[in-house]
Amino acid sequence: MNTRLKAQIVKELLSFLRDPKSRFMLIGPPLMQLLIFSFAATLEVQNVDVAVFNEDNGRGSYELLSQVGAASFVDEIIPVTSTAHLAELVNRRKVLVALHIPADFSRNIAAGRPARAQVLADGRRGNSGQIALSYLSSVITRVGGEASGTGSDPAPLAAVRNWFNPNLTYMWFIVPALGAILTMLIALLVTALSIARERELGTFDQLLVSPATPLEIVIGKMVPALIIGVVLATVMAAAGILLFRVPFSGSYPLLFLSLIVFILSVVGVGLVISSICQTQQQAILGVFAVAVPTILISGFATPVENMPLALQYLAQASPLKHYLIIVHGSFLKALPASEVFANLWPLAVIAAVTLSAAVVIVRRRLQ
Amino acid sequence: MSAAIELRGVIKEFDGARALHGLDGDIQAGQLTGLVGPDGAGKTTLMRIMAALMSPTSGSVRVAGHDVATEASGIHAVVGYMPQRFGLYEDLSVMENLRLYAQLRGVERNSAESKFAELLRFTGLAPFTARLAGKLSGGMKQKLGLACALMSGPKILLLDEPSVGVDPVSRRDLWAMVHELSGEGMAVVWSTAYLDEAERCQAVLLLNQGKLEFSGEPHDLTRRISGRSFRIVDVDRDRRGLLAEALELPSVRDGVIQGASVRVVLAQDASRDQVEQVATRRSGRIEPVAPRFEDAFVDLLGGGPGGHSVLADKMPMAHLDTEVSVTCRNLTKRFGDFVATDNVSFEVRKGEVFGLLGPNGAGKSTTFKMLCGLLKPTAGEAKVAGLDLRHAPGEAKLRLGYMAQKFSLYGLLSVQQNLEFFSGVYGLSGAQRRERIEEMIETFDLKRYLSTSPDMLPFGFKQRLALACALMHRPPVLFLDEPTSGVDPITRREFWSHINGLVRKGVTVMVTTHFMDEAEYCDRVALMYRSRLIALDSPDALKASVASAELPDPTMEDAFIRLIESADAAESRKIA
Repeated sequence: MNTRLKAQIVKELLSFLRDPKSRFMLIGPPLMQLLIFSFAATLEVQNVDVAVFNEDNGRGSYELLSQVGAASFVDEIIPVTSTAHLAELVNRRKVLVALHIPADFSRNIAAGRPARAQVLADGRRGNSGQIALSYLSSVITRVGGEASGTGSDPAPLAAVRNWFNPNLTYMWFIVPALGAILTMLIALLVTALSIARERELGTFDQLLVSPATPLEIVIGKMVPALIIGVVLATVMAAAGILLFRVPFSGSYPLLFLSLIVFILSVVGVGLVISSICQTQQQAILGVFAVAVPTILISGFATPVENMPLALQYLAQASPLKHYLIIVHGSFLKALPASEVFANLWPLAVIAAVTLSAAVVIVRRRLQ
Repeated sequence: MSAAIELRGVIKEFDGARALHGLDGDIQAGQLTGLVGPDGAGKTTLMRIMAALMSPTSGSVRVAGHDVATEASGIHAVVGYMPQRFGLYEDLSVMENLRLYAQLRGVERNSAESKFAELLRFTGLAPFTARLAGKLSGGMKQKLGLACALMSGPKILLLDEPSVGVDPVSRRDLWAMVHELSGEGMAVVWSTAYLDEAERCQAVLLLNQGKLEFSGEPHDLTRRISGRSFRIVDVDRDRRGLLAEALELPSVRDGVIQGASVRVVLAQDASRDQVEQVATRRSGRIEPVAPRFEDAFVDLLGGGPGGHSVLADKMPMAHLDTEVSVTCRNLTKRFGDFVATDNVSFEVRKGEVFGLLGPNGAGKSTTFKMLCGLLKPTAGEAKVAGLDLRHAPGEAKLRLGYMAQKFSLYGLLSVQQNLEFFSGVYGLSGAQRRERIEEMIETFDLKRYLSTSPDMLPFGFKQRLALACALMHRPPVLFLDEPTSGVDPITRREFWSHINGLVRKGVTVMVTTHFMDEAEYCDRVALMYRSRLIALDSPDALKASVASAELPDPTMEDAFIRLIESADAAESRKIA
C-alpha cells in the first residue's frame, strides 16, 4: 500500500485508540445505549391496572374477569361499585383502562344475543391505551361478548396474526434498528470530528503542505472510520443475536456488504460536515443537525409510507432508510439477495455522491 | 509608602505541577512595571492571581491593601484587568463594548458619556465607534481593551501581553498611553515575552520557569554585564559561520546575528582576544556596544547554547537544480472584494534566509500560504524549487519543509508515532525511514521522550520535535511561520543555530515574523503593508535607509515604523 496513505490511516487510528477518553467514548456509550434503549424503548404494554365495575353476577362475567386477571399484561384488578368511580380512576390516572360489565352481559351470552361490555381507555396515553384496549377486546371476544370501545363502533371480529414476529416481541424490531442507528452516529462523529480537530490544532495545514493529495486525505480519514464502524456494528449485531436472542434468518455476507456501503455513505456525510466546519464544536452541531432528521425520516419510528409524498422522496436520500430495510429483512424475514440489492444500490449512490463531495470540498480548501 | 501590590512567598500549583515557585516582590504605584519572561514562565498565572481571579496555593498577595484570597471584591473595584484574549465581544461595536463594560462596572449613566468621550480621545478610537470589535486590527483591539479596562478609573492596571499581535506602530501608541497613565500615579503592570520591552519599563519582574530571576530597575540588570557586549562588523559573507565559531569559544557567553554583523557577550572577566582573532581571520573587527536586557537575561540563565549544530552536520548539502528557490510573480489573492495580497513579486535565492515582515493583516500570512501551497493564488504565479505549485503540487511539496508557530504536532500520538507519521506522509519507507527517524532521535536527544505525548514535552524539546518532523524528508526549502515568537531566548538561540547550520548547507529558509529579533537573522527582508510589498532589502540597508540626524543608529523596529509611516504618507499624497 501507498506509504503516505498508510501513515495517515495509522495516525488516525492511533489518535482514537491511544486516548483513553475517546476510546471509551467509542465503545462505552453505544453499547450502553443499545442495552438501555432496547429495554426502555418498548411499545409493549405491561403491568397494567384495570378498574372493573361489574354489575353482572353470571357466568359470562366470571369467566371474563378470570381471563382478564390471568392476562400477562394485567397487574391488578381494582373492583369499583359505580360508573362515577370508574371514570374517576381513569381521570386520576390510577388505571389505564376500565371495564364496565352491564347486568345483562351473561344473560345475553347465554341467549345468544350480542353481549356488550364497555372498555374505557385513557386517551391521554394514546398508544398504550390503544394497545390495552385491543388486548381487552380480544379477551371479551374470546368469552363470547363484544367490546364497545370509547365511542368507536365495535370492531369486526378478525384474527390477527403477525408474520415474521409472531408474538410481536418488540425487542426483535428495536435491537437491529438501534444497532444501525448507533453505527451511523459513531461513524458520523468519528469523521465529522477528524478534519475539524486537525484544523483546530493546526495540524491540517501541516497535512496540506505535505505531498498528500486531497483524495489521499479523504481516504486516510475514511478507512479508519470504516474500520471502527464495522467493528462496532459487528459487536452490536453479535449482542443482538447472542444476548437479546433476536433470530437471524438472512445472509451474513450480504448484510456485511451492506454494512460497509452504509458506513461509507455516512462517512461521506461526516467528511463533508468536517471539511466545512472550523471547530469541533461546529462539527458536533453539524452532526446533530444531520443525524436527527436522517433518523426521523428513516422509518425507524414511523413508517415512511405514512409520510407526505415530498418527505417520502426525501427519505430516499437517507442512507439509514435503505439500511434499516436490509437489516430488518436480514434478521427477521430472510430477505432474498435480490431485495438486498434493490436497497443496496441507493446506498451505493449516496456513498458515491457524499464521498466525491468530500474530495471536492477538501480540494477547494486549498484555494 | 506601601506598595500597590505586595507578593510574599507566592506559590501556585496546578494538579501538583508548580507554576510559581515562591515569588517575593513589590509593585509600586506611579510606575510602569514590566512582568517579563518567555511563554510558560508563569506571567499569566501571576496576573490572574493579582486580578483576584484565582488564589495562590500558598503565600500572600495584597493588592491595594486587600488580600486576593479573602477580599476579591475589594480588589475588583480598584483593578483594571486586560486579559490576553477574549476581553472583547467581537460581535459588538466599539461603542457597544464600552457601554457594556460601563454597565458591568456600574458606571453611572450620566457620567458614562463623558467617560466614553475621554477614553475614546485617549485611545484615538473616536473615528471607529460604529465598527465591530472583531473587525478592528490587532492594535486597535488592544486599545479598545485598554479603554474597557480603564472604565472604572482603576488605581491598578494589569495588562496581560498587550503587545502580542500588535504591529510596531500601534505598539508605540500603547506604550505612550500607559506611560501617561503611570505618570498620573496609576500602578501599571505590563506583561510581555519580548525582552526588548523590558528596557522601557521603570521596574521589571523577570520570570523564568516560575522563578523570579530578577526584580528591580532594568538598567540594574544590564549594568551587571557592562563592557561585555560587542559587535563584530565588516564580516565577510559567512557571518553565520563566524557566529557558530564564536559561540564555541570558552570566552563567549552568548551571541546572535544582527543584520550583517554578529553580536556577542563575553563571559565574566574574559578577555576579548579570542573573539578578536576569530573576527580578524574573517576580515572583521569588533566594537563595543551598549548591553541589552536580553544579553543580561541570557547571562543570568547561564549563557546561550553552543553554536554547533549536530543537525546540520548530519544533513548533506541541499540539492536544488535552480539558483532561485522561491519565486513569486505578480502574486495576487482576493477574498471577495478584499485584496489580501496585491501584485507581489520577489525571488529568494538558494541558501538565503528570507524574511516576510509586516503588521497583522498586511498580507504576509496570505502571501506565505500561497508560497507553500496552502492557498491558491487568484492571479500571478508562485514557484518552489522551480516547480509551479498548481501544476506539480506533489513534486513541489516534497521539496519544502514547513514548521508553524503552533508546531502542529499530533498530541494524541507519541513522539515516536509523530516521527513515523511525518516520515510516512512524505513517502519515506523501509530502511530509509527507520534510518532517518533514528538520526533525528539521536540528533535532538529525543530518546527518553519517545513514548511521551508531544503536549507533555518541555518547550525546547517540542520545538526540536517540530523541526525534526519538518526536516526528515531533507527539503531544500524550509518555510517557518513565526518560529520563535514568545520562545525563551535560550531555546530561540538553539533553534537559530540549527537554522544557521542548515543555511550553510545550502538550505533556503523563508520565514514570516513580526518579531524584530528574527528579522535580524535574515539575509533579506520583504516588508509588507496593506497587501503590498513596500520595501525589500537586507536588514542593515533597511535600517540605513531611515537613519537621520536625530536617529543615527536606528533599530529594526525604528526602520519598520518609519517605512510604514512613509508608505502612509505616500498614500495620503496620492489621495490628495
